[in-house]
Amino acid sequence: MVVAEVRVELKKGVADPEGKNTLKALELLGFDGLKDVKTVKVFDIYLEDGGDVEKKVDEMCRRLLANPVIHNYSVKIK
Amino acid sequence: MKASQVKVCVLRIEGTNCEEEMFMSFKRLGAKPEKVHLKQLTGTDVSQEEKRDLSDYHILALPGGFSAGDYVRAGAIFAARMKSKLSKDLVEFIKAGKPVLGVCNGFQILVETGLLPAMSGIMSEFPEAVLGTNDSARFECRPTLLRKVNRGSCAFTSRISPDKISLIPSAHAEGKLMFPLDRTKAVLRELEDNDQIVFKYVDPEGNLAGYPWCPNGATENIAGICNREGNVFGLMPHPERVFFRFTHPDWTRETDGPGDGRAVFESVLDYATRKL
Repeated sequence: MVVAEVRVELKKGVADPEGKNTLKALELLGFDGLKDVKTVKVFDIYLEDGGDVEKKVDEMCRRLLANPVIHNYSVKIK
Repeated sequence: MKASQVKVCVLRIEGTNCEEEMFMSFKRLGAKPEKVHLKQLTGTDVSQEEKRDLSDYHILALPGGFSAGDYVRAGAIFAARMKSKLSKDLVEFIKAGKPVLGVCNGFQILVETGLLPAMSGIMSEFPEAVLGTNDSARFECRPTLLRKVNRGSCAFTSRISPDKISLIPSAHAEGKLMFPLDRTKAVLRELEDNDQIVFKYVDPEGNLAGYPWCPNGATENIAGICNREGNVFGLMPHPERVFFRFTHPDWTRETDGPGDGRAVFESVLDYATRKL
């Protein structure tokens, strides 16, 4: 079995209100020295061996997991 | 065609929750709406009697809600399911000039499917815009004010005058309309040239204003857009929730009359009875 870890993150310049809110809450809790918080979505996709796994997962990202307008994605095959 | 002959497909899957109001809005105006599950159109896991064909309807309406739990992204799963089996039917439906309405989650679905803004053609292969998380990072649920900026292309707003400020409630956490950052200006210009921008969030004087008048931080305060032909229309606020004056928050202080959302449904029925 192959596990593909897909990491979907916001493109540079796209606002991340969830990250900013988390940053603020962490600061309110007394953590200092924080520079930024960014939210990232990770999917672990379990696949059968064989075939062009990378191409398949790339297609999954393009067709559902990421919206090219705001997202960059990366795939790690484990 | 008479209004009583206009068949409306109010499409739902698990998690849509505004189909009843959408259904009633068309029914009250004398049309023939039907609540249809996506499975009935794709023909999966349904009996023969339950099967429906999209081409038998004259209007397609995608109601609001949280389809498929808004997993992955709001509207993404509904869009993927529609695209997998209904792409051809949808394109034919739209090519025939039949109107498609998406409200709130329905708008998110239209954008994720590539049916809006549809800058080139009817359906883009990948989304060309996104409805991202509100700037406030919260679910914004309250009345919002809209001004029509469309110059006449949109089939859903012919009955709304350009100086009317419509009160239509918003209820969403992902309504910030965005275009690719590196091309935002060009896309906006194109939308403007094609008369695709329909509604903008405004303050009571009708000026573009920031939060809280614009609940989500959308590009240029845009609340709703249509395709180039004007028969596919999506907006974040809910016109079906203000069909009657008494669902306006200030209804006891104003003269009676129809709710501000009613004109959207009247306009599209006008269009359907004239053109289809």
